[in-house]
Amino acid sequence: MKAAVIVFPGSNCDRDLKVALTQSMGREPAMVWHGDSELPDTDLIAIPGGFSYGDYLRAGAMAANSPIMREVVRKAESGTPVVAICNGFQIATETGMLPGALLRNASQKFVCKDVDLLVISENERFVGGFQQSQVVRFPVAHHDGNFYADADTLDELEAEGQIAFKYVTPEGEITDEANPNGSLNNIAGIYNKAGNVLGLMPHPERLISEVLGGTDGKTFFDHLVNSIV
Amino acid sequence: MKARVYISLKNGVLDPQGKAISHSLQGLGFKNVLDVRQGKTIDLDLADMDRERAEAEVEKMCQQLLANTVIENYSIELLD
Repeated sequence: MKAAVIVFPGSNCDRDLKVALTQSMGREPAMVWHGDSELPDTDLIAIPGGFSYGDYLRAGAMAANSPIMREVVRKAESGTPVVAICNGFQIATETGMLPGALLRNASQKFVCKDVDLLVISENERFVGGFQQSQVVRFPVAHHDGNFYADADTLDELEAEGQIAFKYVTPEGEITDEANPNGSLNNIAGIYNKAGNVLGLMPHPERLISEVLGGTDGKTFFDHLVNSIV
Repeated sequence: MKARVYISLKNGVLDPQGKAISHSLQGLGFKNVLDVRQGKTIDLDLADMDRERAEAEVEKMCQQLLANTVIENYSIELLD
């Protein structure tokens, strides 16, 4: 299997993603520069976290209009799986690949900590490595992770099974206290309608070894790779 | 030709920066401040063209890049 990691000026989780994917795939992903207009032949596209273009204008706004993203959107529309993490999620909403937007955290503060997440959907490709309603733990590190969508879009996301993860207590309860950024309905990650694009604020690539404090992220990538191969 | 674009968050979209500004103003003694919503302005210096065309072009810029219409409203003012 082949994967491509998109690299923007200001990306800072691209190499973490490379390590995580290499560990799960047994080969290195291609690192693709934002200014390129063509993607290599790939079975998975990963859009990393960071502060592409310094978050100028809005987080993800400039990156969404870079040459490579036109190609990423085209591939996503033809069914290639895309995982968009943190700044990647912001970029994916800015391109319109995913609905909604990520606003400044309600607390106004940068949030950096491990969070507990309820696995909501049955999207086999992305979360088949976990049980439905399992609580998993990934870290978050963001200033603009406050998921917003209008009421109709929110209802549709809930009704169509497009919500991937919600912020919860370690016991799996959806509470305001467990919500690190003010996201509507405690939403931490969503899919597009077709289910081949996942955007999430938490960082599975940062928890891929006991040395780093846990392996829920490794389970995520191992399953994703196996389901694509 | 100069154009000014005003961008603000839509009603109902949480504006934590506006809230923080509001708290600070009240802390400074401006007790008449009930609420604050903040936004941004973008000044564009454009090549000479007729107003209609300029307006249409800036409108396109807002749709494609300058504003995120999921969360933001924008208005355009042509200055000369």
